[in-house]
Amino acid sequence: MDFLIFKAPMLMVQASLDGILLGILFALIAYGMALQWGVMNIINIAQGDLVILGGYIAYTMYLAGIHPAWGVIVSPIIMYFVGWALYKLVINKVVDRDLFISILATFGIAIVFQQLMNFIFGADVVVAQSEYGTTMLFDNSVTLPNSKIFSAFISVLYAIGLVIYMKKSKLGRAIRATAQNARAAKILGVDTEKVYAATFGINAALCGIAGALISITLTLHPYVGLPYTVRSFMIVIVAGLGNLPAVAVSGMGLGLFEEFADYILGTEFRIGAVFMLLVLILVYRRFKLSKKREYLK
Amino acid sequence: MNKLKQKDLILYSGLIILGLAAPYLFSAFKVQLTYLCVLIVLAMTWNLQGGEMGYNTFGNILFYGLGMYLTASVQVGMFFPLAEWTESGGEKTFVHTTSQYFQGIGVGLLVSAIIPAIVAGAIGYAILGLRGHYFAICTLGLGIAAGEIAGGIEIIGAGQGFTTPPFPAEIVDTEARGKFFYFLSFALLIGTFVFVKYIYGSRFKLILNAIRDNEDKAEAMGIQTMKYKITGWMCSAFFCGLAGGIMGGLIGYIDSTDVAFDGREMGVFMVLMAILGGKGTLWGPVIGATLFHFFKEGLWTLILGWQYVALGVLIVVIVIYFPEGLMGWLREKYPERFGEVIDEKDRKAQVELK
Repeated sequence: MDFLIFKAPMLMVQASLDGILLGILFALIAYGMALQWGVMNIINIAQGDLVILGGYIAYTMYLAGIHPAWGVIVSPIIMYFVGWALYKLVINKVVDRDLFISILATFGIAIVFQQLMNFIFGADVVVAQSEYGTTMLFDNSVTLPNSKIFSAFISVLYAIGLVIYMKKSKLGRAIRATAQNARAAKILGVDTEKVYAATFGINAALCGIAGALISITLTLHPYVGLPYTVRSFMIVIVAGLGNLPAVAVSGMGLGLFEEFADYILGTEFRIGAVFMLLVLILVYRRFKLSKKREYLK
Repeated sequence: MNKLKQKDLILYSGLIILGLAAPYLFSAFKVQLTYLCVLIVLAMTWNLQGGEMGYNTFGNILFYGLGMYLTASVQVGMFFPLAEWTESGGEKTFVHTTSQYFQGIGVGLLVSAIIPAIVAGAIGYAILGLRGHYFAICTLGLGIAAGEIAGGIEIIGAGQGFTTPPFPAEIVDTEARGKFFYFLSFALLIGTFVFVKYIYGSRFKLILNAIRDNEDKAEAMGIQTMKYKITGWMCSAFFCGLAGGIMGGLIGYIDSTDVAFDGREMGVFMVLMAILGGKGTLWGPVIGATLFHFFKEGLWTLILGWQYVALGVLIVVIVIYFPEGLMGWLREKYPERFGEVIDEKDRKAQVELK
C-alpha cells in the first residue's frame, strides 16, 4: 500500500493527535445528545445546526472585535435560551409522540436554521482567528494549533462541570429522576415540563460551547450541521446513554477514524466516510443483536 | 358491474384522459407536469415503506439518484467512452443520433429500474433489520453517504457534475422534448399506480400492515417478515430508479448532492407529500403530492429566498398538527365513506366504559 500516511510515521502521530483533540469536541456534542435522548426520548436532527449557530455567535463576537474564545461563555448562555424557546415552540409537542415525528420535526427545524443562518451570515466558509499560534512537536514535524488544545481543554472542563452539576444540584437530580421514570418523577413532585425545557436548554448550551470552539479550530458554514448530528448520534449509539467515559472514548475513536480516513481515502470522501461508518455501525449492531433475537429499539 | 365499480371506471378514465390531454391543454407547463408525475411516483413508493410497512425511510433517495446516474451512464456509455464524456464538454464532441438517443434511454431506464431493485435487495437484509428511528437515521446516512461518495467518483463527473445527453437536434419540433418526457413520466405514473393498487388488493399489503402494527407478533404468526420487507423495498426501489432516470434526462444535468442524491429536497419532499396526503392510503400520496406541488410552484416564486424556511416550517407544522394527513382527517370525519362500519352498540359500550 503506497499511502503517504504509512510511509511517514510522523503523519500518523499528527493524525492521531488531531483526531483525539477533535474527538473530545465531538464527545461534548454527543453528551448533549445523550442527555436529551435519555431524558426526553427524542432524537434531535437539528443538533448539528445548534452547534453551527453557537459557532456563529462566537464568530459575530470576533467580527465585533471581541476575542472569539469568550464565545465559550457567551454562546452557551444565548444558546440555552434558544434551546428553551425551541422547546416551548416545537419540542414540547413531540416529546410523548412517535419517535419518527420528533425526527421529522427536528429535521424541519434544521432546515429553517440552516436557511436563516445562510441569510444572516452568508454562505461563505468562515473561521474566527484565535491567534493562539501553533505548537511544534518532534523537530517541527508535527504541528498542533494551540486552539485545538484549548478547545479540548475547555470541552473537558465543561464536561466535568456538567457531570458534577448533574450529580449535586437539585435540577440535576430532577433531570436524572425524569430520565429514569418520567411518570414516577411527576408523581413525586418534579415539574417534568420544566425539566424537559431545562434539558433541552442545557443540550443547546453544550452545542453552543462546541460551536464556539469549532469556530476557532475548524470552519463554519451554514450547511455543515448534519454531519455533526450524525457524529453525535453515532457516538451515542456506540457508547450508550448516560455513560460519560464511553462517550469520551468513542468520541476520540471517531475523531481518529476521521483523520485517518482523511489521509487514506482523501478529503473529498471524509464526510462520506463518516456517514458510511454510521451505516456500518448500525448494521453491525443489528447482526450482533439478532444473534440474541433482540433488536435496536 | 355494480355501481361503485362503474364510478371508479369513470374516475380512472377521466383521469387518464386528463393526463393525456394535459400537455396540450397546459402546453407551457409540461416540465411542471412531468415533475408532478415523478413526485407522485416518489410519494406513492415512499408510502409503501413509511405508510404501509411502518419503516420510515429517508433512503429512497438513494435509488432515485442511482437510477439517475445509471440511465445517463448507460445512455452515454453504450456509444461513447464515458470517461471522456464527463471529463469536460463531452456532450459537444460526441453527438447522439436520434436512434442512439432513444435506444440509450430505453436501455438506460431498464438498467435504472433493475439495478436499484437489486441494490435494495442486497442491502435490505442488513438495513431492514433495524427498527424505528435507527432505521430512519441509517437510511438518512445512507442517502447522504451515497451523495458524498458519488461526488468523489471521477468517471461520473465527480463534483463538477454530469451532463446527460441532450435531446437529439434532428427532431425539429421544439415541443417534442417536453412531450417525450411528460408521456414517459405519465406512463411511469400509471404503471406505479396500477402496481400499488394491485398491492392494495392483495395479501401482501395485509402482511406489510401486520409488520407495521406489530412485527414480533407477525413473526410469531409465521410470517417471514424479512422476506416481505425486502420485497416491498425492492418494489419501491424499482419505481424510484425509473423516476430518477426520467428526471435525469429532463433536467439534463446531474450533480451528486443537489440533483441526484438530493436529500435536502426530493428526499424530504417524498416524506412530506405522503404525510400531507395521509400515509397508509392509496390516494393520500397522490393528493398530497399534487397539493404540495401546487403549493410549491405557487409560493416558491413569491417568497424567493425564503422557500426553505417555509419548507422547514411546513414540515414542522404538518408533522405536529396533521400527522394523519388529509386522508386521515377525512377518514375521521366521514368514516362510512371509507367502508368503516361503526357498530352503534359497540360505540355505546365504549362510551359507557369511559
